[in-house]
Amino acid sequence: MAELPKHQEDLSLDTFVRGLWKENPVFVMLLGMCPTLAVSNSAINAISMGLATTFVLAGSGALISWLRNWIPKQVRIASYIVIIATFVTIVDYAIQAISLDLYAALGAFIQLIVVNCIILGRAEAYASQQRLVPTLVNSLGIGAGFTIALFALGSVREILGSGTLFGLHLFGAGFQPWVVMVLPPGGFFVLGAWLLLFNWIKQRGERRADAPTGVPANAR
Amino acid sequence: MVKGIEIRTSPHLKRALNVQQIMRSVVYAMLPICAFAIWQFGLSAALLLATTTGAAVATEAWFSRLRGAGNTVADWSAVITGILLGLTLPPGFPLWMAAVAAFVGIGLGKALFGGLGYNVMNPALIGRAFVQAAFPVAITTWTPAFAPSRFVELIPTTLTAPFMRPESVTDWIAGLGVDSWTGATPLAMQKFQHVETPAWDTFAGLVSGSAGETSALLILVCGLWLAWRGCLDWRIPASVLAGAALTALPFWLVDPGIYPSPWFVLSSGGLMLAAWFMASDMVASPVTPWGAIIYGVFIGALTVIIRLFGGLVEGVMYAILLGNAAGPLISAWTQPRVYGAVKKVQAKS
Amino acid sequence: MTNDVQVEAPQAPPDATPTFAMLRTLGGISLISGLLVVLAYQFTLPIIAENQRVRTEQAVFRVIPGAVSKRDFVLTDAGLVPAGEGVQGELIYAAYDADDRLKGIAITGVGNGYAGPVTVLFNYDPACQCIVGSKILQMTETPGFGDKMETDPEFLKNLKALDAKLNADGTALINPIVTVKNGSKTHPWQIDAISGATLSSNAMGKAANTAAQRAAPTIQRDLAKLTAANHTGQD
Repeated sequence: MAELPKHQEDLSLDTFVRGLWKENPVFVMLLGMCPTLAVSNSAINAISMGLATTFVLAGSGALISWLRNWIPKQVRIASYIVIIATFVTIVDYAIQAISLDLYAALGAFIQLIVVNCIILGRAEAYASQQRLVPTLVNSLGIGAGFTIALFALGSVREILGSGTLFGLHLFGAGFQPWVVMVLPPGGFFVLGAWLLLFNWIKQRGERRADAPTGVPANAR
Repeated sequence: MVKGIEIRTSPHLKRALNVQQIMRSVVYAMLPICAFAIWQFGLSAALLLATTTGAAVATEAWFSRLRGAGNTVADWSAVITGILLGLTLPPGFPLWMAAVAAFVGIGLGKALFGGLGYNVMNPALIGRAFVQAAFPVAITTWTPAFAPSRFVELIPTTLTAPFMRPESVTDWIAGLGVDSWTGATPLAMQKFQHVETPAWDTFAGLVSGSAGETSALLILVCGLWLAWRGCLDWRIPASVLAGAALTALPFWLVDPGIYPSPWFVLSSGGLMLAAWFMASDMVASPVTPWGAIIYGVFIGALTVIIRLFGGLVEGVMYAILLGNAAGPLISAWTQPRVYGAVKKVQAKS
Repeated sequence: MTNDVQVEAPQAPPDATPTFAMLRTLGGISLISGLLVVLAYQFTLPIIAENQRVRTEQAVFRVIPGAVSKRDFVLTDAGLVPAGEGVQGELIYAAYDADDRLKGIAITGVGNGYAGPVTVLFNYDPACQCIVGSKILQMTETPGFGDKMETDPEFLKNLKALDAKLNADGTALINPIVTVKNGSKTHPWQIDAISGATLSSNAMGKAANTAAQRAAPTIQRDLAKLTAANHTGQD
């Protein structure tokens, strides 16, 4: 039988919130870069991809957590992959049923959720050890963090790249689109800019925490 | 700054030029080219150059303040980047796009790598490559040189409001009364219509093109002066030009009807400007003598290959960026043998 | 081969998992997976089919203005067969106006562009044997260059009257549809490329050519089936 989990996490607000900031899959862990860069060329694509991934995360996490005591260590990767693939297939059908245009826009990246390392990573690191409810909450938090990150990229790229947000024109007809932003390099530029911003905020927070009270950190 | 008389004992060695002196010489060398660009394209070119230079210097000042490591504007390198960038853009390029190019060039191309001396690629070309990808239409909109009204009015695209699409210049050009304007630069004419502009026109710069790339003759003179001053490695421009001419030669010999003559290759487009002022960027090019030659030939050959077979009309920008990327590798391969050192032999035990 | 190769005795790990447990788990998980996937498939199938129908219908009606109903046919070697009779193959869509007269036939073609395949729906007019309209169904061409194919009025003019006449045998086009360099169109079966987007324009030409080469001969042979009063199936 699987070895007993070492530490059972109690459900708390942090179980969810952690995924948004401290363990944000894109901005902190730099996982799942392939869909992040590929389908963040518009806000709606980004959010759809984020929600699809969240569904797979939550569904597979819940099932794996529920079955964790029956999954022997030797066959756990095979089991996880089968479970993840199941939920990806469901999401694939669901998106086709919701909108074929969206399905065409997301393309192969829906099927590629199977190999998104966030999902297998969470299954291995969290779902296989924790109880059902914390797993579900944590997966939703990670999924929300992923969705927010994709939206952060997608909205910037859509606004600059086509002058629209969710397809609504923001600047009128004369707007000059920055073509590069909806092309692959734009994904790298915007991701880099967001990472810069995040690290700068984080560093500033740490510096403020280190500095003795009352004295500004840069005082000479 | 220490002021006063400095007394030294012998030996009175001649000092090598410092960074600031080299940079200032490069700026002096570019001034005639700027003057020619303004004479040729008028007020718009002057505004374009002022914008790119101003934006580059402002970006440099902003980033050096953020870094808190002293003001690096004084080393003149940002001025060079700004002027070079302005020289490579079409004269009617909207000023706001030019400012974006300068910001990206200095910010992404230099400051994020750690400032002058750490940039992997030429900052001016990074800026230009970015706007090439972002605004492909604006950067291929050419206007005629020597328009009669160039000193009294601007090219209508110059003052496009930020984030707005520049208007079409077709009607404006039609109203200028310039004969036989096809909307194409000599390079594009050669590539798509196989019409070669007379060599003297392209060499002297009596054609349209980017603001400061037209007069190969003037660039050559300024470049030679810089080389004589010791501000650039003559091997790099020489081998870029040789590489381009030698690559173009066989194609031209096979079919002069389709392929350009080596002479045309050298005198047209941005090759001359790029060879003397951009490929020779001291930071981004290899330091060894043989490395400089390999690097130059690589850039020259790649330029011609992109021009002849690529989708783009001019290829020297991407050729130099690729050459910059390969620079450290070329340097590592061509390390000269240290005097007196023996070749590494298998150690005998 | 020497004799001193030691065969290690298989050492059972301290907490050996019984084979049965592994089989049971994998089998069980596969069973759950299978159930979920089949359920999702069964549930979404009618919705997806409906989506697809609406999408093609909209595209057909947009490319053939004035059409209010359509019938689908399958291209086969033996001629046109109404769709839905168990015959697999490429579909063409005959569109009719309010009086049940044939307005045009929508045919699809694919050409390889700069960044991938470009799928286009063409409005084929059997009377003048030409292509009189087009709509791009799917493409990934570069914004600012290749996507001018959808917006450039000069380019779209090419596709308003594109000659696709059949040869005497009725087996292929007399003049294959080709894309020519910008500004050098001289014949009605040529497409004038967009300057700066030659590869994308070529894809459009290839798509038009493959569509017409494949569908036009069969359509002309079986035209009677298409123009016949439209009283079957469509409601």
